[in-house]
Amino acid sequence: MSPLELVTDPETQAAERASSPLAVRGLTVSYGQSPAVFSVDMTVVPGAMTAIIGPNGAGKSTLLKAALGIVTPLAGQVSVFGRPLSEMRDKIAYVPQRASVDWDFPTRVIDVVLMGLYRQVGLLGRLRGGHMDRAMACLERAGMSEFSGRQIGQLSGGQQQRVFLARALAQGAELYLLDEPFAGVDAATEKAIIAVLKTLREEGKTVVAVHHDLSTVPEYFDHVFLINTRKIAEGTVAEAFTAETLNAAYGGRLATGQIDQLVLAG
Amino acid sequence: MLWQALTLQLGYNATLVAVGSTLLGIAAGVTGTFLFLRKRALVSDAISHATLPGVGLAFILMVWLGGDGRNLAGLLAGSALSAWIGLLSVQWLTRRTRLAEDAAIGAVLSTFFGFGVVLLTVIQTMRAGQQAGLGQLLLGSTAGMLFADAVLIAAGGAACLALTLILRRPMTLVAFDPEFAQASGLNTRRIDLATMGLVLAVTVVGLKIVGLILIVALLIIPPVTARFWTDRTGFVVAFAGLTGGVAGFVGAAISASASSLPTGPIIVLVSFALFAVSLLLAPGHGVLAAVLKHNRFQKRVHLRQGLLALAQGHPIYERYTLRLLQKRGWALADGMPTEAGKGQAAKALRDESRWEMLRGIAMHEAAAARYDGLTRIEAVLTADQIADLDERIGGPRPVTP
Repeated sequence: MSPLELVTDPETQAAERASSPLAVRGLTVSYGQSPAVFSVDMTVVPGAMTAIIGPNGAGKSTLLKAALGIVTPLAGQVSVFGRPLSEMRDKIAYVPQRASVDWDFPTRVIDVVLMGLYRQVGLLGRLRGGHMDRAMACLERAGMSEFSGRQIGQLSGGQQQRVFLARALAQGAELYLLDEPFAGVDAATEKAIIAVLKTLREEGKTVVAVHHDLSTVPEYFDHVFLINTRKIAEGTVAEAFTAETLNAAYGGRLATGQIDQLVLAG
Repeated sequence: MLWQALTLQLGYNATLVAVGSTLLGIAAGVTGTFLFLRKRALVSDAISHATLPGVGLAFILMVWLGGDGRNLAGLLAGSALSAWIGLLSVQWLTRRTRLAEDAAIGAVLSTFFGFGVVLLTVIQTMRAGQQAGLGQLLLGSTAGMLFADAVLIAAGGAACLALTLILRRPMTLVAFDPEFAQASGLNTRRIDLATMGLVLAVTVVGLKIVGLILIVALLIIPPVTARFWTDRTGFVVAFAGLTGGVAGFVGAAISASASSLPTGPIIVLVSFALFAVSLLLAPGHGVLAAVLKHNRFQKRVHLRQGLLALAQGHPIYERYTLRLLQKRGWALADGMPTEAGKGQAAKALRDESRWEMLRGIAMHEAAAARYDGLTRIEAVLTADQIADLDERIGGPRPVTP
């Protein structure tokens, strides 16, 4: 048995993939000639919180974006609950990186959350009181209801992130994919976001987040996917978040003492 | 004369032009808003210049087939086709080569325009082309507008407007957050093409009135003007349509009231006037409002700093601060506080420490965000909440002056 991967027989693997909220096989993405993600297999465990971790430029966000069809992969298959992605859009909620949008855009907090209801409302449907109530409830969950009428540019970074979270909640999905939700946010926001994600898990939803702060991995997540262009390890925190896997992913970028500290924390 | 023009009493042709221009202005303003929100305003410049070769080729084709080369519907169809090819070229260059969009726009715009000018010159030498007046499509000309032309413009403008309103939600979503749009199953490339296609349609419809060089102004100035007045997407769209429509109508009326004023350029100047007024005077985002707000804020900061300095017995170095305090009778010329000043200073200090405490309490985040240095805490909290704050601050209670 390989030390880095728990090998199971092919039949079990196939069954796991078929029931997985997000299963990726042989995914390769390339910007230009060198691959950002190379031949990655990932099988997300249902009802758990999974962190995608790895060094800068390791392809964490790219993996997420390719799984969602935001960037077109060179090769590979994606299935959501055993079905093709295009049939399962309703089951997925997505929180992009905060820096990916222009916060000067003329729109209010509540309007951003209502964007999460877009698929329900449809092209020509009218926004009704029910939609409004739902959006307000999602803002409430993210602790942002008092800000509903603000222009989005007036928010702090952490507040912006919580508005994005509220929009994802409004999507009412089974699978939540978040790209660096804790990047550049204040401690209060980080706490608020993790609390919401944990209640989602209690409701049986699946959460996958690109994460960059190794010190909080054992505290926040129960599964880990380690990537550095190629897959390094995948499993529970105890299985995959070890000195060995971290060394393999980060190479010399982490000092030995640092690694021991991280792993012991878990 | 102008009054008669504004009340549509200058005869048949002037009325046709006014109605056509108004509709065009509304359609261009509304459609252009989505281009502006997508931050691709300049693509409209490439689109409009790329119409020219199509006009020339359509004319040649219609004459060759034995028809009247000046048929407006035929010319517009030709211009739409070549503008579409120009648009696809810009998209292709941006996506598939190392060229950035601005460079691709420059290359496509100049090439198509150059080719168009060559065709027009050739047409001038044709027998049928001598009175074709195709050059009028560069800057627009309403002198010989026919009823059929006006109907074509009105119907085209209305169709663009209706389609834009139908597509407003996906277009807004793609403009604000393309990644999220893509993740929720929208085909962003197709939505973008739809946005551009609508802009193209408005451009083609507007050729007769404003001409291809100036149509960009009608697409871009109204949304920019509207942005000064509001922070909501829907209002920007509505306002842009309104300013575009007003500019179209007033511009057409002004040009009808004198014999030598060209319609298209006058419409553009009117919309610029609306823009200039908004830039200066709009509350919130206008230049004047920004200056006033800044001055008011500066004054607040100085007063607050001055009072806090008085409360803590620090000297006041800034003359502006001292002047403000003196004017209110809170300090003397030598920087010593008056009795009233001492009271105000103690209040400011207590207020400041309450705000300080408030900032540390997660529950009060929204209230704490309203701190600006002079808003008193009583304005954002109830008496009970303040009492609770004082409890947390502890120590000897400050005496209420």
